[in-house]
Amino acid sequence: MKKICFYFQIHQPFRLKRYRFFNIGKDHYYYDDYSNESILQQIADKSFLPANRMFLDLVNLYKGKFKIAFSISGVALDQLEIYAPEVIDGLMELSKTGNVEFLSETYAHSLSSLADPVEFEMQVKQHAEKIKLLFNQEPTVFRNTELIYSDKISEMVYKMGYRKMITEGAKHVLGWKSPNYVYLSETQPNVKLLLRNSDLTENITFRFSDYTWKEYPLTAEKFIDWIAATPPEEEVINLFMNYETFGNLQPSYTGIFEFMKALPRFAFKNNIEFATPSEILDNHKPIGSISVPEPISWSDEERDLSAWLGNTLQRSAFNTLYNISERVRLCDDRRLKQDWLYLQTSDHFYYMSTKHFSKEGGYNLFSPYPSPYDAFNNYMNVLSDFIGRVKAQYPDTVDNEELSSLLTIIRNQEKKIKKLEAELKSIREANVEKFVKKKEEVE
Amino acid sequence: MKVLMFGWEFPPHILGGLGTASYGLTKGLSMQPDMEITFVIPRAWGDEDQSFLKIIGANNTPIVWRDVPWETVKERLGKFMDPQEYYRLRDHIYADFSYIYTNDLGCIEFSGRYPSNILEEINNYSIVAGVIARAYDFDIIHAHDWVTYPAGLHAKSVSGKPLVIHVHATEFDRSRGKPNPMVYGIEKDGMDHCDKIICVSNLTRKIVIENYHQPEDKVVTVHNAVDPLNPEIEAIERLAGVPEKIVTFLGRITMQKGPEFFVEAATQVLRKTKHIRFVMAGSGDMLNDMIHMVADRGIADRFHFTGFLRGRQVYEMFKSSDVYVMPSVSEPFGISPLEAMQCGVPCIISYQSGCSEILNYVIKTDYWDVDAIADSIYSLCTYPGISEFLKEEGKKEVDNIKWEYAAQKVRDIYNRLVYK
Repeated sequence: MKKICFYFQIHQPFRLKRYRFFNIGKDHYYYDDYSNESILQQIADKSFLPANRMFLDLVNLYKGKFKIAFSISGVALDQLEIYAPEVIDGLMELSKTGNVEFLSETYAHSLSSLADPVEFEMQVKQHAEKIKLLFNQEPTVFRNTELIYSDKISEMVYKMGYRKMITEGAKHVLGWKSPNYVYLSETQPNVKLLLRNSDLTENITFRFSDYTWKEYPLTAEKFIDWIAATPPEEEVINLFMNYETFGNLQPSYTGIFEFMKALPRFAFKNNIEFATPSEILDNHKPIGSISVPEPISWSDEERDLSAWLGNTLQRSAFNTLYNISERVRLCDDRRLKQDWLYLQTSDHFYYMSTKHFSKEGGYNLFSPYPSPYDAFNNYMNVLSDFIGRVKAQYPDTVDNEELSSLLTIIRNQEKKIKKLEAELKSIREANVEKFVKKKEEVE
Repeated sequence: MKVLMFGWEFPPHILGGLGTASYGLTKGLSMQPDMEITFVIPRAWGDEDQSFLKIIGANNTPIVWRDVPWETVKERLGKFMDPQEYYRLRDHIYADFSYIYTNDLGCIEFSGRYPSNILEEINNYSIVAGVIARAYDFDIIHAHDWVTYPAGLHAKSVSGKPLVIHVHATEFDRSRGKPNPMVYGIEKDGMDHCDKIICVSNLTRKIVIENYHQPEDKVVTVHNAVDPLNPEIEAIERLAGVPEKIVTFLGRITMQKGPEFFVEAATQVLRKTKHIRFVMAGSGDMLNDMIHMVADRGIADRFHFTGFLRGRQVYEMFKSSDVYVMPSVSEPFGISPLEAMQCGVPCIISYQSGCSEILNYVIKTDYWDVDAIADSIYSLCTYPGISEFLKEEGKKEVDNIKWEYAAQKVRDIYNRLVYK
């Protein structure tokens, strides 16, 4: 029996405002509230809200047979809470049906898995807490930012306690193998992997409304026929996409909502079921392992990291950022911690990409900046201010190790003082009791 | 393919970008094996590189018949051309020009510059063009910039061969929108009566179409390129003895180049940081204004003027710079950022310059956006990530902008006109 596994990604970065070098050291608010708000509300109206309604209807209509999963970054949740809380309400309702799974990822939609294992783990924990708080689920399947995956990452994820992971079915990794099975990590065989079927996914995400495509128009019937026509032993079809596909990347007038509404009907007709990632990973036996020495992602033709860390601009900004991470962890200023998360969002590095020069139109569509250089300059100005704030927390002359041990001593002393105080108090109370007794005796 | 080219400048005696571009283009064209170029300039100096083309000086072309012995011609013109050429040209004098002042060889004197009587010089140049067009055999005529358009038109009417005019700049660029009607008239006449117009950028092409009312299909863009640096220049070391970063403006200090925006940006940057020095190299009619402005802003201790730089000095300046800024208000092409990139200097250029159309590895801003220029200067001097990136990628990019490729595009245009 074939199974379709849908998971939708929701993510929006906190875009930075134009931050001039004059602002460094004076202005510690970095975000472009106006554009963050207007972009998020626009997407919510066009995509998230109608899609939530549609999926709730489908889940209710098929009474537990239609299932989906979500992966929502912490920064997106933060933004939704501020600007479009009704989207979170919709997701809560979906969660209550019991047929919707929430996946684990890094809180900041960050690239921390590539640079800083400690930070990576902290963010994954923080994200799991947030999901628990909002949706009352404990995520068991891990999905890294932009489906970035490598053997090394699978080991880190295993150490954090996860046994199930999702990544890209990159052709240069799979070779002749099909993504429509469950696999294992080569170096950590306890981690099961679910791979995205990029061809089928992209038929929906990229080509659905492309009238130059020879399969245009794409109907639910045709799509299910393709899935039905895959070899019978290939049982898992993983369609992982951006939630904005519904209504934003593919506007509603293209018929994307109607396509999705019709899909389950044709699937059931062909004896195809739906399942969540954890169900598939629990119920299907892995057929082999895959080895990924170099990190892969779901982006661009190359399916590698070049969109975020392809040029020296990106790498230098990235290294500057993670050079400070140890120091940041020693601080406990809440605003500082929050900025630290928001500055790690991978989108900031994506805006600095120079891969798009050769393409028609020059620069990438999603960037709020006129050029990659503006993106870099602005980000570096913000980062300079941030680093200044971090350094201002503790004297610069003390190195991290020394500082860490000093902080431990201070914290331990605090504990000790409290303990002694408590002791003192109990002794005093005892003394008072004795005193009272004595007094009574005397009387 | 034989080309008769009219130009005004040719290295080593150049006054601006026109001479450099003429040299580069002809050199690029000469790489095509069947290409024969005859290049006419107002005044030949005798030290031009004639290895890949033939140079004819209008000042060595007789327009009045004088009986001169072979020895005299050999002695006087030997370093310019074969004496036989003189007699060949003399045989094609087509009218009586004895009312014009000529020397003992029957030639007109040319300054070869842009003197105050430039219109007279242009007219004389066109008279000489008539002789040359009659004396030589060629397939196509190519005229560089407005000073040579009348000569080109004359050669076209004499020979009936197609004329291509090459617009390196228009009067609208030079005058910031207030053209001299005489100059405009000459330009418009040339454009109206030629067969094809080549512009050095889409920006210039747009001006030609809109302000000179040319049909769009007549005007094509061929972007300029840059000659590779010779090893001697490549070997120049950084001269600056100061530890600070150096930000440079290099060019004529005139309205067209937007020097005041550079000073304003410098003022902003220096308000925040002191580890940067600014240099304004070049001279021009706004130099004194700029000196006043710098003094007025109170930044004279970190802002330096070098005066006019030539030849090797230009490259010494580039090699000592950490950032090059070209805030031109209207630049048809602008070769200097390409030269800076060759020297590994990151550039900030205005969108209003033609070279921004072909460059990716430079920072682009609007010329009036002083804030953006200041921001970019600060970043390039503060964050090694971006300056290293632009240094390396910029060098790679500019090394691929070759005259050979530009010349191929020009050749395609010739072919379409000659073999139609």
